[in-house]
Amino acid sequence: MPDARAFPTPRRMLALLGLAALACAAAFMLWDARGPWSFLLPFRATKLAALLLVGYAVAVSTVIFQSVSGNRILTPAIMGFDALFILIQTGLAFGLGGLAVSALDPRVMFLAQVAVMTGFALALYSWLFLKGGRSLHLVLLVGIVLGILFRSVAGLLQRLMDPGAFLTLQDRLFASFNTVDAGLLGLSALLIAAVSLAGLGRLHRLDVLHLGREGAINLGVDHRRTVLGCLAVVSVLVSVSTALVGPVTFLGLLVANLAWMLIRSHRHALVLPAAVLIAAICLVGGQAVLEHGFGMATALGILVEFFGGLFFLFLLLRGALR
Amino acid sequence: MIETRDLTRRYGTETVVDGVTLTLPRGGITALIGPNGAGKSTLLSMIGRLIGADAGTVTVDGLDVAHTKGDVLARRLSILRQENHVVARLSVRDLVAFGRYPHSKGRPTAADMEHVERAMRWLGIETLADRFLDELSGGQRQRAFVAMVLCQDTDYVLLDEPLNNLDMRHAVTMMRQLRAAARELGKTIVVVLHDINFASTYADLIVAMKDGRLHASGTPEEIMRPELLHALYGIDARIHEIDGTRICVYYD
Repeated sequence: MPDARAFPTPRRMLALLGLAALACAAAFMLWDARGPWSFLLPFRATKLAALLLVGYAVAVSTVIFQSVSGNRILTPAIMGFDALFILIQTGLAFGLGGLAVSALDPRVMFLAQVAVMTGFALALYSWLFLKGGRSLHLVLLVGIVLGILFRSVAGLLQRLMDPGAFLTLQDRLFASFNTVDAGLLGLSALLIAAVSLAGLGRLHRLDVLHLGREGAINLGVDHRRTVLGCLAVVSVLVSVSTALVGPVTFLGLLVANLAWMLIRSHRHALVLPAAVLIAAICLVGGQAVLEHGFGMATALGILVEFFGGLFFLFLLLRGALR
Repeated sequence: MIETRDLTRRYGTETVVDGVTLTLPRGGITALIGPNGAGKSTLLSMIGRLIGADAGTVTVDGLDVAHTKGDVLARRLSILRQENHVVARLSVRDLVAFGRYPHSKGRPTAADMEHVERAMRWLGIETLADRFLDELSGGQRQRAFVAMVLCQDTDYVLLDEPLNNLDMRHAVTMMRQLRAAARELGKTIVVVLHDINFASTYADLIVAMKDGRLHASGTPEEIMRPELLHALYGIDARIHEIDGTRICVYYD
């Protein structure tokens, strides 16, 4: 490859991405700062923290998921993970009723949702990935069908439930980048820190997953345990991002693929931070530009889905689905 | 020593490997031969614990492969299947370095990298070290994967059709290197081969399978006989002794 030498090394690329992310964060905090700092800084910092948490959760969950599934097209969102989380939110509200839901601490409720989500995701998805060599078309089809199923059942339950329960649920479901559910920020950060610390020492096992199920077993990696562990981490991360801002379908696809392109390495210790930084740049930079450059003329979620969706089509047309 | 006892594997109603009891001694090259669908690859995969057995056991040096911890086994036995897909952009050196994973757990030392370079030189791919796998020909990729497995530096090496995609020169070089590994380093190498003349020339022991069962096993002299090969493959085999090796001619 002639351009291999001119291309920045992974470490240099990480440094560049880090600088860009810092610049975006500074712009988000300081741009167009009219009004008292004592209000502006905490207000914007909360939003920034939410954007960063979501970016982290989406980026890391997508990269891990792609390594588990062994391709660059599938993401948790495309496989229906966030639809499953919404179904669980709806199902719990439906089962418990409006009074119980509004009486319960939302954080307790959230933890219960994450636990149920992890259990269901492991039960539903592990069989798809434990046996190596499944057709990508089959997996993709299963994911899309599951996603539609979860959304339909959630929609049905929302129509059936009593209006009081629906009102409390509605608060949760209407989360977006502009109306972040700030009450869950602290708990979300804790959850993310916990799964990240648990995974940190095991990143090299993810590298080995590149060789597929048989290659990983040959090198002594317990493939089953690694895949289940990864799916559990993905479930927690998707729960966090969906609870905070609702479903974002194509953001993960966009940032993970950009990370693989910019960091020319197979090592997750380099690709994961890059994906997180790219997600931070997209979300924080995008939100700063939208709020101050375009006066909130459109929503960040819509833009991200637009460009992410175009990118998905580009990947499909380029023949990545083989 | 590798021992299988009543090893059985079924896919649906079809029994692919049917009660195979087999002892492979330590050291030397063992060739697994037999017609398509004889169960050679399945047997090899079960020995290498890539797929589970429906009945029976496999032990390697007395360790039951179904119950030994994966990383303990990975330092004793390595296996390479026929088809190896890698999605990530890996360079040849990255791939071969994976062979050190059971020893280094993702933190390769200078000694590990020395192993990597040696394995690449062994298979003549050191000039390709920085090329990416998707830029290689089938034969070059095949040699890179074999280099990875050799780099794992295990006592037992199981290879499923390692000569796939290789031209005559590289096929002969590969077998010569495997024989050297067996003779000089004391490794035990089990290969699935389709070309019985390679088996006859390089193997110390030939195990012939048919319809999931053990058909025959013995030295090349014992296996390379017209009536045995006729029963095994259903071909009219003419055996010639050339330079002290039995060569089978089966072309019309």
